[in-house]
Amino acid sequence: MSLTPQQVDHIAELARLSLTPQEKEQFREQLSSILDYFAQLQQVDTSSIAPTSSVLPPRSRLREDVPREGLSHQQAMSNAPQVEKGQYRVPPIFEP
Amino acid sequence: MTTLHQLGVAEATQALHSGQISSVELTQACLQRIEQCESELHTFITLIPERALELAEAADKKLIHLRRSGDSVPPLLGLPIAIKDVLCLAGVRCTCGSKILENFIPPFNATAVQKLLDAGVVPLGKTNTDEFAMGSSTENSAYGPTHNPWDTSRVPGGSSGGSAAAVAASMTPCALGSDTGGSVRQPASFCGVTGLKPTYGRVSRYGLVAYGSSLDCVGCLARSAQDVEILFHLMAGYDELDATTLEEPIPQAVCVDDVSLKGLKLGIPREYFVSGVQPSVEQAVRRAITELGNLGAEVCEINLPHTHYALPVYYIISPSEASANLARYDGIRYGPREANKSLRELYFETRGKRFGAEVKRRIMLGTYALSAGYYDAYYGQAQKVRTLIKRDFDKAFEKVDAIAAPVAPTTAFKLDEHCDDPLAMYLEDVFTLPANLAGVPGLAFPVGLDEQQLPIGMQLMAAPFREDVVLKMAHAYQQVSQWHILKPPLGEEGNKR
Repeated sequence: MSLTPQQVDHIAELARLSLTPQEKEQFREQLSSILDYFAQLQQVDTSSIAPTSSVLPPRSRLREDVPREGLSHQQAMSNAPQVEKGQYRVPPIFEP
Repeated sequence: MTTLHQLGVAEATQALHSGQISSVELTQACLQRIEQCESELHTFITLIPERALELAEAADKKLIHLRRSGDSVPPLLGLPIAIKDVLCLAGVRCTCGSKILENFIPPFNATAVQKLLDAGVVPLGKTNTDEFAMGSSTENSAYGPTHNPWDTSRVPGGSSGGSAAAVAASMTPCALGSDTGGSVRQPASFCGVTGLKPTYGRVSRYGLVAYGSSLDCVGCLARSAQDVEILFHLMAGYDELDATTLEEPIPQAVCVDDVSLKGLKLGIPREYFVSGVQPSVEQAVRRAITELGNLGAEVCEINLPHTHYALPVYYIISPSEASANLARYDGIRYGPREANKSLRELYFETRGKRFGAEVKRRIMLGTYALSAGYYDAYYGQAQKVRTLIKRDFDKAFEKVDAIAAPVAPTTAFKLDEHCDDPLAMYLEDVFTLPANLAGVPGLAFPVGLDEQQLPIGMQLMAAPFREDVVLKMAHAYQQVSQWHILKPPLGEEGNKR
């Protein structure tokens, strides 16, 4: 199968990636040939097979809910590119 | 004669404990060796010599004190180690080979790192890796490629290529890596060292920067199975910071003298000995299998019929998980920020400019495979075929204790050889991916050199939590072979050939 330029735009939009026109064309070609290669999976009969999302036995583990030390506020914020009054500073979320 | 920087983990710790050598001497020897070879190899992204020497001095003081008092000495006290730059070491930048984390300084240690620090190790620095561990050659690092110490025009494999090359070049006795689809085993094979991918859930992933969370494993590399076992036993175990770790007990050390393989059954899967495998690789692996037979193992043929599907299954599941895991790099909480006019522009520009080509490719692939209308056909179907691959292994391990195969179809390839063809690069992983999909342990170790004097690796896989079986077999082999002792012809100390 061959991806269309519109599909590539849509995927990049979902993934929040700005791509150059060259990147878009390159990814369109490469992803198309990779997806062609993946088509062989469609031949496998899996109608009675359950999916494996983890190789581990399913279980849930609980522990006592007791407060304890974690990272300090300062440590947690220490890598942020912009901080104001101890909070992450971001540009406007709602665009006019 | 073995010089200080060539000492392995077992030899070095013994010499440190007995006071024959000091940690400062050993650390300095490693740092000098790094200085000598680093311009040719580029194995480290970040070196921390001052911090290493401070830790080494502290270790020496503690060693003297403990020897006097007779108290027990932490097992690796004073031992240098290199850490792949996807594992957090508090206070030292962790780039993951990416420009999107070029200034990220983790405020905490990964659990595997913490456990080894508690055991006394001295980190030398953070080793080069394909960006976010996505690659098979370490060429996808935003900080430039690592070169193979056996032939610097070739790749060291990847993604733990920096760790493998550093161990092979005797810059460090040991190193940590991570293995999502072969990223410890394939570079170990290309560089002629021993590397373990443990069972999924055996070693905590806390502080390992996430790539494909149902596949990621923290592993280790050294110059013998015995050295790998020492590190592995110290890293393994349940961690309440990683809900996927299990409480399985850690087995007794099996890399001991007089090891016999009597009673162990070794399966040879037909599907791993197919056309496309370099003839000298197949020959060396078959010779090693014969040797394991001579050592007492019973060898038989087996089938893993769904092997063929491992590659497409892996390259749907891992990018899907990666596309979700890498959503966190948004320019808000860490990393540099590009554009600041609107939040939308900030996201798009930061991610578009700071991620490299392979990472973007996999994010796109994963986003597509998970998107509405395609989820069932791609991700859903891949998860079902994963079940079939896992069943192949379950069935095989009812009959045999271990499975032997090549690590990779070829020995180390040239830099730039696969750069324009992502699919050709993915095919390099064809023999290592199944162990990650099934969650079973895999060990790579050297079993020969090809016509061009490049290392050939063999892989042993075992049932979940039976790392002891593969370590025992590799150790027995290394007791009667010399391949793991060979040194690359680098800095005038290679083997005369």
